Amino acid sequence: MEFITMIINGLSIGGTYAMIALGYTMVYGIAKMLNFAHGDIIMVGGYTIVLFFPISPILGIIASVIFCVTVGIVVEKTAYKPLRGASPLAVLITAIGVSKLLQSAAQIFIGSESKGVTVNLGEIRMGEIKINVLTLITIACSAAVMVALTLFVKYTKTGRAMVAVSEDRGAAQLMGINVNFIIMITFIIGSALAAVAGVFLVFKIQDVGTTFGAMPGIKAFAAAVIGGIGSIPGAMVGGLVLGFIEAVCGMVPALSPYTDAIEFAILIIVLLVKPTGFLGKKRREKV
Amino acid sequence: MALLEVKNLDVHYGVIQAIKDISFEVNEGEIVTLIGANGAGKTTTMQSIIGLIHPTRGEIYYDGQKINGIPSHKIVKLGMTQVPEGRRIFSELTVYENLVMGAYTRKDKDGVEKDFKDIYELFPRLEERKNQVAGTLSGGEQQMLAMGRAIMSRPKLLMLDEPSMGLSPLLVDQVFDIIKRFHEKGTTILLVEQNANKSLAISDRAYVLENGRIVLSGTGAELLASEEIKKAYLGG
Ligand SMILES: Nc1ncnc2c1ncn2[C@@H]1O[C@H](COP(=O)(O)OP(=O)(O)O)[C@@H](O)[C@H]1O
Ligand SMILES: [Mg+2]
Repeated sequence: MEFITMIINGLSIGGTYAMIALGYTMVYGIAKMLNFAHGDIIMVGGYTIVLFFPISPILGIIASVIFCVTVGIVVEKTAYKPLRGASPLAVLITAIGVSKLLQSAAQIFIGSESKGVTVNLGEIRMGEIKINVLTLITIACSAAVMVALTLFVKYTKTGRAMVAVSEDRGAAQLMGINVNFIIMITFIIGSALAAVAGVFLVFKIQDVGTTFGAMPGIKAFAAAVIGGIGSIPGAMVGGLVLGFIEAVCGMVPALSPYTDAIEFAILIIVLLVKPTGFLGKKRREKV
Repeated sequence: MALLEVKNLDVHYGVIQAIKDISFEVNEGEIVTLIGANGAGKTTTMQSIIGLIHPTRGEIYYDGQKINGIPSHKIVKLGMTQVPEGRRIFSELTVYENLVMGAYTRKDKDGVEKDFKDIYELFPRLEERKNQVAGTLSGGEQQMLAMGRAIMSRPKLLMLDEPSMGLSPLLVDQVFDIIKRFHEKGTTILLVEQNANKSLAISDRAYVLENGRIVLSGTGAELLASEEIKKAYLGG
């Protein structure tokens, strides 16, 4: 019985991490940058759902996605696009700056007190097991999002162009592919997924502060690296790996205080054994 | 009027000047070759034309329109494309998807269908392997795919950067055959080659590049007969 509860918790936590990790990994693969501010998009989505929740939860989810996507587009256009071709260090420092900017903006406009919502969708009973309905919805949503994204990347022309750009930006341009447009699409998808993840995190934690996105952001980044940064299935696998570690630790009282330490220890071990992550490719050396 | 006109081009990599004041043109319907040793600046010239590298001075005109400063993907839409040095096919995409990327900017579905048929007829190997991931192809097959992919955009001007590099003599002949075939269909060709013999033989005109400068130019036949060329590039 405990085993089934653990599986369900693992899928739910892992699905949330995977949705965030997808944003990191796609932006890394296509724009060749670490979007340090990605975690703060989760915070933006979290605040938005808190503000809109009393009006309508559904409206709140839609507003979160729209607002996060808008912030993602503005950040890409104003902060990252002008640095296309600049040194990776300059881009990384800019991304850290964007992260701080978003946190400060939240503090100015919303205040430093944390805000919360109360969501209780009840439980369903299956024999002796009680399962939280919200947990099931989280699993269903993240699974649907991941299937949709996989189909999009695999079967649409834009999705194939994303793979082409991630592999060889110059050759993609020779095909007439507008690289800036593809990068923009990537930021839109990444921000939308972060919004959805932010919403579920708020429903679970029921409390949002300005650094709300930091921990899940770092965990999801670790997930992306464990799975192989740049790889879409890798982000999903990495997210689930961390989700299951958390689920197991959560059920074993002796381990639960060390959950974060165990997760990052696993990250280090994976990097030592396989520096490219589970599904990562060796970077082809360009002449 | 020339289809492509390069005027007083300078290109720098940092402080190193790779291209020094070169000017040349390609007229509609011609095959023009740039020959030169390794490091002469051929690839730099090709990439500058299509906007992947930004020249420090000079102008490039395509069909009378100044194109330097325009982003590459827009230049491609004007009707030129390039088979880059080292093929640079998308190894994670299938053969079919690589060809779809070649037709990325096209909206004429029927025309694209027809071009798929033509390309599969021309390269039966590509049809046999159309659902295979392109990274698993042999070097020769990859070159065929790179050429097929470029042709899928139906370019008016097709540029090829050392398409025979690393291929067996039999495949080299096939590559030159295909270039001739597309030329006969009305495509203008700008070719970069170290294989001076074969490229000069099919060229209307050619330019010789040395250390970033054009040092010689003439018709293909003239250069083939020239003593200097024989010494430097034809191993004679
Ligand atoms: N990315 C680069 N950075 C610095 N120097 C380069 C770069 N690419 C080419 N060069 C230099 O520019 C010159 C011309 O190179 P290239 O155009 O590749 O010659 P070719 O294609 O004729 O072999 C060479 O001296 C080469 O070393
Ligand atoms: Mg070259």
